[in-house]
Amino acid sequence: MSSYAGSFAAPGGTGDVSPVARHSALTPAHVGMLIFLVTEVAFFGTLIMTYVYFLRQSTQGEPNPSQVFHLPMVIAASVCLFSSSATIHLAERALRQGRRHGFLGWWGLTIALGITFLLGTVREWADLIGTWGLTISRNLFGSTYFTLVGFHALHVTIGVITMAIVFGLAARRQITEQNMTGVEVVSWYWHFVDGVWVVVFTLVYVIGR
Amino acid sequence: MATAIEEPALERPAWSATLHEWITTVDHKKIGIMYILVALVFLVIGGAEAMVMRFQLLWAESKAVPPDFFNQVMTMHGTTMIFFAAMPILAGVANYIVPLQIGARDMAFPRLNALGLWATLFGGVLAYFSFATGGAPAIGWFAYAPLTERAFARSAATDFWIIGLLVSGVGSLSGAVNLVTTVLTLRCPGMTLRKIPLYTWMAFWANVQILFAIPPLTASLIMLLFDRLLGAHFFDAQAGGSPYLWQHLFWFFGHPEVYILVLPAFGMVSDVIPVFSRKVIFGYEFMAVATIAIAFVSFGVWAHHMFCVGMTRPADVYFAAASLVVGIPTGIKVFNWLATVYGGHLRMAAPMLFCFGFLSMFVIGGLTGIMLAVTPMNFQLSDSYFVVGHFHWVIIGGILMGLFAGLYYWYPKITGRMYSERLARWQFWLLLIGFLLTFGPMHVSGMLGMPRRIYTYPVDRGWELWNQLSSLGAFIQAPSYLIFVWNVIISLKKGQPAGDDPWDGWTLEWATTSPPPSYNFETIPTVRSRRPLWDLKHPDDPDWKYE
Repeated sequence: MSSYAGSFAAPGGTGDVSPVARHSALTPAHVGMLIFLVTEVAFFGTLIMTYVYFLRQSTQGEPNPSQVFHLPMVIAASVCLFSSSATIHLAERALRQGRRHGFLGWWGLTIALGITFLLGTVREWADLIGTWGLTISRNLFGSTYFTLVGFHALHVTIGVITMAIVFGLAARRQITEQNMTGVEVVSWYWHFVDGVWVVVFTLVYVIGR
Repeated sequence: MATAIEEPALERPAWSATLHEWITTVDHKKIGIMYILVALVFLVIGGAEAMVMRFQLLWAESKAVPPDFFNQVMTMHGTTMIFFAAMPILAGVANYIVPLQIGARDMAFPRLNALGLWATLFGGVLAYFSFATGGAPAIGWFAYAPLTERAFARSAATDFWIIGLLVSGVGSLSGAVNLVTTVLTLRCPGMTLRKIPLYTWMAFWANVQILFAIPPLTASLIMLLFDRLLGAHFFDAQAGGSPYLWQHLFWFFGHPEVYILVLPAFGMVSDVIPVFSRKVIFGYEFMAVATIAIAFVSFGVWAHHMFCVGMTRPADVYFAAASLVVGIPTGIKVFNWLATVYGGHLRMAAPMLFCFGFLSMFVIGGLTGIMLAVTPMNFQLSDSYFVVGHFHWVIIGGILMGLFAGLYYWYPKITGRMYSERLARWQFWLLLIGFLLTFGPMHVSGMLGMPRRIYTYPVDRGWELWNQLSSLGAFIQAPSYLIFVWNVIISLKKGQPAGDDPWDGWTLEWATTSPPPSYNFETIPTVRSRRPLWDLKHPDDPDWKYE
């Protein structure tokens, strides 16, 4: 039996063959991030579905959502998070144009906005737990609220840490406009985390109030 | 005649060096082999657990093993077979074969690949660590609330079980992200989506399903863990929570899971049957589209596991109808396989033998599935041994038969040696006879009213004979798996050198050496049709003229 290893080497006679994947603009890293985000959609979808299913189902009374939320602070934190989608976009564009300081500035601002959002969450949770005695075990509302908002906050935290790493690499000139893949996929992740917050915010603080 | 690379008579590396190499490897082929080995170990453990159950059920009023131990073994049998045997073995074969079939040098993310393997293994070890708490969880593999709540499952065993599944879920997900990305981005030049070999195509869609099915399981397991460890109330009806929601969430994962397991087996059969019939697969496009149809429809049928829970009439009707719809694309596939066999020049080597086992048994399992999808029938048979008979018929008669076909088909490629055909035939017939005898009578005992999962049963129900037949079948089946493991081991040493292309195959994995070098292909191949090796062997009559 003969081996065909290497028999494909000769390019002759393959005139109309179009190399499919090679000329795609999307590298494996890009596609991998998109597909990872698909799994995240399924994960958050389940938590969100559960929140909807249990909306106003708690039988153990107070505290309930109409009492505890302090909206001005939540809105302020949310504005920080939403605007960070714009700043990360500006950072990406600055890097693509080779403006390194512009990139570091906008990217740093994005990190700062993410941290501000997290501080808002810390403040809110301190209020919920300290003032209202609402914990994950207090009632069903607490269980669903802390799980959904907590997992979102966990994703924001992971995003902030990842962006800090990218910031460090860029500051040491190890990330430049020549190798932007990392910057691009991290920013996709960040946009996704923002997008989830649009849904969570609407559900928890508007519809579910 | 180019044989596999002759090993120069060098000193063998120290065993510690070999071990280090395997543990730290990021080569998709080594990772694939380790996945398969892990799965075989768990397959034997899960099989031993099944033997314990069949031994206990041999006689009415038997007290051969303690009742709580029976429940633990029953839980771990299901968990092991689904999560730590079936999932890893399919992940392993996909890991090994898919990059070869698409002409790639490795997976898209080799290190993520290693993470997937080790997370899967670690998850399995964690789940079995539950025995160290004084006994495994006794909650059944689908772990219905409120039985899983702290009040009823008091020991930490259930927590280990949950964490084990969470960790192995991370493994499955990283594997799926990797495989889907690989197929989308690393196909060799010329291999458009419509030229992908059917095994790769179906493994691809099974992994797309994993992307959507495992995260809901992860989320529900986390909620359950919060209930147990932090005192949350998700599945606590007293606080307004809902055990019913667990059922929905679990089966939203659990039903697609069946197709996650069966689609790769379909793919293996779709690659083996043409090669062993010496014909092109009949209706490639229909096979490809039917795969997508199954992948989509399977996400809309989960509550047919829950008819008896008391859903609304419209929900009952919808889920019954949707479940019947799955039969259409599946039927298309069965007819295409038959049409491929029809008029073919058949070679009845072990892979083809298992394909015939698959075809005949899977159709029967599918038919009992259609019976169970009919709501009124389901009301009668739900949670009876009929259901146990049905799903084992699909899993063993469908998935496992197809899987063995694939494993024998690719064994020479993976090892460079031929398996023992004689042992393979022994395995096939013992498996087939044992399988028929184990699961056939379960349909009868189920119709006679025997509930699944019971520890023992009274004398006067007329169930004893059927249980004894089932147990006898199980004892016939058990050696068949050991024969397989023995065949794998012994043929490594004593098997005939297989050569690069023992089956006269048509897909790219047969274009490289057996076993392939770490880089797979010297030159990345360029393909023009679905059977690149046919084109190469028959330059006068290539496929690409007609596709």
